[in-house]
Amino acid sequence: MKVKMLSRNPDHYVRETKLDLHRVPRNYDPTLHPFEVPREYIRALNATKLERVFAKPFLASLDGHRDGVNCLAKNPKSLATVLSGACDGEVKIWNLTRRKCIRTIQAHEGFVRGICTRFCGTSFFTVGDDKTVKQWKMDGPSCGEEEEPLHTILGKTVYTGIDHHWKEAVFATCGQQVDIWDEQRTNPICSMTWGYDSISSVKFNPIETFLLGSCASDRNIVLYDMRQATPLKKVILDMRTNTICWNPMEAFIFTAANEDYNLYTFDMRALDTPVMVHMDHVSAVLDVDYSPTGREFVSASFDKSIRIFPVDKSRSREVYHTKRMQHVICVKWTADSKYIMCGSDEMNIRLWKANASEKLGVLTSREKAATDYNQKLKEKFQYHPHIKRISRHRHLPKSIYSQIQEQRIMKEARRRKELNRIKHSKPGSVQMVSEKKKHIVAVVK
Amino acid sequence: METIPKPGSNVPPKKDRLQAKKKKPRRYWEQETTGTAAGASPGPPRKRKRNRELRPQKPKKNDTSKKFRISKKPRELKSPGPQRSLSGAQDPFAGPAPVSVEVVQKYCRIDKSKEVPHPKTKTRSRLVAAEAQEEETSVRAARSELLLAEEPGFLEGEDGEDTAKIRQADIVEAVDIASAAKHFDLNLRQFGPYRLNYSSTGRHLAFGGRRGHVAALDWVTKKLTCEINVMEAVRDVRFLHSEALLAVAQSRWLHVYDNQGIELHCVRRCDRVTRLEFLPFHFLLATASETGFLAYLDVSVGRIVAALNARAGRLSVMTQNPRNAVIHLGHSNGTVSLWSPAMKEPLAKILCHRGGVRAVAVDPTGTHMATSGLDHQLKLFDLRGTFQPLSARTLPQGAGHLAFSQRGLLAAGMGDVVNIWAGQGKASPPSLEQPYLTHRLSGHVHGLQFCPYEDVLGVGHTGGITSMLVPGAAEPNFDGLESNPYRSRKQRQEWEVKALLEKVPAELICLDPRALAEVDVISLEQAKKERAERLGYDPDATAPFQPKPKQKGRSSTASLVKRKRKVMDQEHRDKVRQSLEQQPQKQEKAKPTGARPSALDRFVR
Repeated sequence: MKVKMLSRNPDHYVRETKLDLHRVPRNYDPTLHPFEVPREYIRALNATKLERVFAKPFLASLDGHRDGVNCLAKNPKSLATVLSGACDGEVKIWNLTRRKCIRTIQAHEGFVRGICTRFCGTSFFTVGDDKTVKQWKMDGPSCGEEEEPLHTILGKTVYTGIDHHWKEAVFATCGQQVDIWDEQRTNPICSMTWGYDSISSVKFNPIETFLLGSCASDRNIVLYDMRQATPLKKVILDMRTNTICWNPMEAFIFTAANEDYNLYTFDMRALDTPVMVHMDHVSAVLDVDYSPTGREFVSASFDKSIRIFPVDKSRSREVYHTKRMQHVICVKWTADSKYIMCGSDEMNIRLWKANASEKLGVLTSREKAATDYNQKLKEKFQYHPHIKRISRHRHLPKSIYSQIQEQRIMKEARRRKELNRIKHSKPGSVQMVSEKKKHIVAVVK
Repeated sequence: METIPKPGSNVPPKKDRLQAKKKKPRRYWEQETTGTAAGASPGPPRKRKRNRELRPQKPKKNDTSKKFRISKKPRELKSPGPQRSLSGAQDPFAGPAPVSVEVVQKYCRIDKSKEVPHPKTKTRSRLVAAEAQEEETSVRAARSELLLAEEPGFLEGEDGEDTAKIRQADIVEAVDIASAAKHFDLNLRQFGPYRLNYSSTGRHLAFGGRRGHVAALDWVTKKLTCEINVMEAVRDVRFLHSEALLAVAQSRWLHVYDNQGIELHCVRRCDRVTRLEFLPFHFLLATASETGFLAYLDVSVGRIVAALNARAGRLSVMTQNPRNAVIHLGHSNGTVSLWSPAMKEPLAKILCHRGGVRAVAVDPTGTHMATSGLDHQLKLFDLRGTFQPLSARTLPQGAGHLAFSQRGLLAAGMGDVVNIWAGQGKASPPSLEQPYLTHRLSGHVHGLQFCPYEDVLGVGHTGGITSMLVPGAAEPNFDGLESNPYRSRKQRQEWEVKALLEKVPAELICLDPRALAEVDVISLEQAKKERAERLGYDPDATAPFQPKPKQKGRSSTASLVKRKRKVMDQEHRDKVRQSLEQQPQKQEKAKPTGARPSALDRFVR
């Protein structure tokens, strides 16, 4: 007879002293872990609920401007520094960690229309209603010196926007035409126009650095190549585009913030159909900025809210609003992809978390592991109706909520009419137009 | 005697040592400069070959494409080519440890037979990625079996010796002292037949005698935690989620005691309860009563979740399926019905015996059910889908009590004899031919349970309690986060909080516990249909084939029409072929299954 009984030595399973950690032997055999799926589901449900409980995105409000904030700029070399230009011509430089204004400049008479930093972070440019382009040093004047711009360029027309090249000492302004400037000269290197119109914003492509995109008030988006003096092509939409933003990770992709409440993500190579139409705002979209990861972007709207959209989704994943925030004019996603800043009509700059329920500060490794695990669980069960409902639920101000209902009714009526038109006309003569194609009028090369 | 290798040297195999003798000693920096470095050391490659032979070979029979993929995985994880260390020595076990396909299969969770209908490209690529990930995790989990510390017990007779003949006394004599102490008898003749229950960690034992004696003890240290007499008939005892709470079915109502014997609750909604069953992940106490009701009591909030009328008279046979928490009830008409609290009707009814059902047991993997009936039969059923009997055996007395162990051993109590049958492996059904062990007790069996994580079978009988040694019954390696026999009080409290946080709702109990993770194909199709109706057209429909215009001069109208025709015909042929393939299957199904043709067959459609 050969016999062996299961006989464990307790010393192998119990800690030796009270100062030790408990010994936890693991066995991953599925029969020892029954109800794997239902338990994971419950964990995912709990994680989703906790996410909503801890969703407190608002961090700080930076006040000090004496008029509406018209433009914002990030410092490419310092995460803590933010520049803002107001409607009374004042430019303020903020320190985000201290949440204080560290410098104030009366830069222009009238609006500060645009502000941008040089790629090296040592100086910045402003344009204003007084037809000037000014270059300023990032560091303040030393004691006894007066606050004066490094350079001032007097132009013939009003400039409405400015953007700096990502690698070279070149910047572009827009107004009645798009001007490319060398930093050393007082005359533009070249001026580009396509028809007569006022151009509201111009943006350099961060990857293909010679490319520019601009949007004009005659409803079109025009693309330029800096190396040649003529524009490349343009796309005409239903309504005016306020601004565009290039995707920092995908060279061909840009997103346009439109007056018709939508945002359009375009592939530069095929402008006739947008890659995605992002719908959720209930009023004109005024500004858009990409996250440095290129997976999401934030948009500011006239409806007093900002929304965060994934690039490949047509609906927003997040909406931020407060009672006091008025029409949001400008928005920026910080370079560490963790925070969002928005400047609004009522003279404040607000700082938000990009991920509403994220815990700030240093996480311990166990905390990190737990959040990662919960994240994965939420991802796994995200389509289950109960979890989906909880994770999608957002409180909205009454104005936006009622607007959404109203617009849903209007859209439904339009669609019904379209269906009826198809039904009562000769088969094939009236086609259903997809949402993507509906808003594009023409592409001109 | 072998010579003990010196503690610095890397025990080289013999061949290597011979070659090392011939070779001049070299420094590691010389190796790169000498041109013959690669040729001068034929030892290592040969050694590598030998190593590969040493590894367990996969069975060639089931070398399908899928298994090939699994076996390819570890090869991918290997470092590219034979890498030399600075000292010139070679890793004798290069690459990750080999894993056998069967073990990987155990950890594989994706059922590849179920496919998502017509996934889009994006979904398909995501599914492929998830599958690859799943494969890798199962390989890694299989590899982690190396770390398991304990080996299961066994009992083998010398050639020709029948293990059933081996008596408990012999086993006790042969095993170590610690294991021998696990065999004991409690002589409690006074309070009549005993029911018993082990806690989920296997550390504590509670028993209740018919004449009101209830006690709980840490049976390993033999320390009594409480002992009371409830002055009432006790039908059944059951530990709740931890050893601190004990539910006792008394002649009138259900009572809950704590580990000091203080009565905490008297649940009057559950009256005249005959059997108790606790579902640990749902925190539900299922009670079967004389009145024919199956009631689920949520012990975390103290609410009756469901009270189901089985409509089959007195209920006295109940067990749970540990895999999916479905309650199996045995009835006097020979059927076993499967219940979930979400349904008013049984999930399934299985006709098992000609007489009434006396005992039911389900094995821990939830694949087999053993039943015994008044017809003296012991039957094994397959619970995966078809509920077909696998094997049956007539016992001289018929088994009154059945229990499965963690490793799939089946114990049956027949009168005052306990028989235990063993199968081939863990998931295989026990073969009823030859018993693995038998034991005669001092009284008639009244309750049976295998102790989790210990090779022990607890038997309650008219003469008291007997703790039997059954080598190879229990799972040797427990999971510390799931149920730890050595946990401290603090650990237990922490575990309790965690377990309560992830309490599974009672509505999720169904036959397939993984159903929640599968694609809901039916509602998907429904949603698609509704969407098409709402929009007035199907957005996912493929556009009819439109031939592209070819080079100049070659795309005449006639050729365009011809090409279009060609594609249409091809599609039509495919459709016809598919329908033809399906037809013979239908005809086969329609054939009557009975061996003898009946006159009534002509009316069968």
